[in-house]
Amino acid sequence: MPFSLDKAAASYDVIVIGSGLGGLTSAKRLSYCGYKVLLLEFHHQLGGLATWFKRNGHIFDISLHGFPYGMVKTCKKYWTKEITESIVQLKNIVFDNPQFSLKTTFDRIDFTALLNKKFKIPQPVIDRFFATVAGMNFYDDQTMTTRELFEEFFPGRTDVHRLLMEPITYANGSTLDDPAITYGIVFSNFMNKGVFTFEGGTDKLIRLMTEDLERNGVMICTNAKVDRIVVEKGKVRGVEVNGRVITAPAVVSNSGITNTIYDLAGREAFTSDFLEQADAIRVNNSSCQVYIGLKKDADIEDRGDLLFTSSAPVFDSAELLDMQTHSKTFSVYYPKTRPGHDRYAIVASMNSRYEDWNRLSPVAYESEKQALIARTLIDLNRYFPGVNDKIDWLEAATPKTFNRYTLHTHGTSFGTKFEGLAVSRSIFKEVPGLFHVGSVGIIMSGWLGAINYGVIVANDVDSYIRSI
Amino acid sequence: MTRDAIKDLVLEIIKDIDEDADFEALQADQPLRDQLDLDSMDFLDIVMELRKRHKLQIPEEDYPQLASLDSCVNYLEPLLKNA
Ligand SMILES: Cc1cc2nc3c(=O)[nH]c(=O)nc-3n(C[C@H](O)[C@H](O)[C@H](O)COP(=O)(O)OP(=O)(O)OC[C@H]3O[C@@H](n4cnc5c(N)ncnc54)[C@H](O)[C@@H]3O)c2cc1C
Repeated sequence: MPFSLDKAAASYDVIVIGSGLGGLTSAKRLSYCGYKVLLLEFHHQLGGLATWFKRNGHIFDISLHGFPYGMVKTCKKYWTKEITESIVQLKNIVFDNPQFSLKTTFDRIDFTALLNKKFKIPQPVIDRFFATVAGMNFYDDQTMTTRELFEEFFPGRTDVHRLLMEPITYANGSTLDDPAITYGIVFSNFMNKGVFTFEGGTDKLIRLMTEDLERNGVMICTNAKVDRIVVEKGKVRGVEVNGRVITAPAVVSNSGITNTIYDLAGREAFTSDFLEQADAIRVNNSSCQVYIGLKKDADIEDRGDLLFTSSAPVFDSAELLDMQTHSKTFSVYYPKTRPGHDRYAIVASMNSRYEDWNRLSPVAYESEKQALIARTLIDLNRYFPGVNDKIDWLEAATPKTFNRYTLHTHGTSFGTKFEGLAVSRSIFKEVPGLFHVGSVGIIMSGWLGAINYGVIVANDVDSYIRSI
Repeated sequence: MTRDAIKDLVLEIIKDIDEDADFEALQADQPLRDQLDLDSMDFLDIVMELRKRHKLQIPEEDYPQLASLDSCVNYLEPLLKNA
């Protein structure tokens, strides 16, 4: 059980601000290296965007829609056996839009067959495409965009572009105009073996992670919002939280990169060259979600685990972001998702812009939320006819909700665009002792990206502390 | 540390990272990455373990020196001569 802040000591080796998957993993690795670690979380619950909430007997997962197989290796190395063994495949991924309808396991073998048989792409082109994306590295040339990559291999084939892009746009907010490498790395991760989920739900994952941190001696405090990172003589001295200063030679911020620079450390801690880079960071889009709970004895047919649905004629990144978008995913949580919990839940997710929702008056905001729920139900009925009568809980979240719970700039769901990675990676060279971990650069976002980044940053911190 | 001891150390660390790693057919002069299916996160783990066990600081620009078993030994030998 996490503690309240008054139980925290006056100083630690490392303070981690924020308990998203990146912060949790850095805390774990640093305790494994033998450091005395304090983890401070603003919310009352750990996990950051890897979170859930309970309503009316339902448990709704926010960001458990699917992750790549790489999570197995990562959890095995950096977390526990029990966590690793709860990772299971989602075998039925459905696409339904005016251009095509299909069901797939979303892996290279199945995609190769689909591209060849259904989309009539010659085998050598498919092989070359997969070889090209699999060979992409983050330090490669970034001038080619995903749009150019698709045009090179599948010129004019908007249906193929949609098949390849739509899921990745939902997975990390990237568009056809982002660097092709960000697409290639994430897409290849999924194509390795398909889409996986965590059996037992996000609540189980975070409980197991918390127990593991406690076994490793990490001091965890919730309801602890850090107001300031204390920088003195150009170096980190600690953090200020609830009017109290706790000292540490190293601070790892899992708050957003922009929040970390502007709100926590403050512009005065950085050089103008660094600020110029930071000012150019574009945060990623946010999300809307509709949470749908079914009555106790109600059930629905198995129509797939993850449905990419759209009634827009072609894929268009801007259309996906529009408040009135005709594109959304449905994640269907059957009772098997949470053994022992026999309820059905469905979460609809859409990409969305903070500005669109933030500019609304309170009255307009409420009515837009209701309209969002109504549109979602119309779409849902196409897959589960008559489902409305089975529903006993409906609730919507908007970019403002994500902003309120994570404090992230504009409620970003997937951190920043590519340029955020270089700033995050170099912040400790700018202010010794200050590290950033968390979704940045598209490739370091998502559950897998955030956990792996937590390991990478812990390595930097260990190296730094040993050098001072 | 002797060259053989360094070799054992590296293999032991890899075994900790991946208990299924098979060293039977391993060619010491060929890249570890291809033969043992190691990715960049695995190499980071090797670096972190070496720091943990032997207080070695391996700068990022030297990571390529860890490519094969032979190159690991060559690179680590002077650093571990008193270990
Ligand atoms: C709707 C949605 C769906 C998603 N679906 C998926 C999916 O299916 N698969 C997938 O892999 N990824 C998904 N993601 C992305 C994934 O959830 C995130 O990339 C990942 O969880 C982010 O981890 P993080 O380490 O960046 O930290 P975050 O989760 O962003 O957490 C940051 C933490 O820091 C805390 N914090 C911030 N400021 C302070 C402060 N001043 N003091 C104390 N604490 C502070 C916050 O409260 C929060 O707990 C989804 C995201 C969203 C929003």
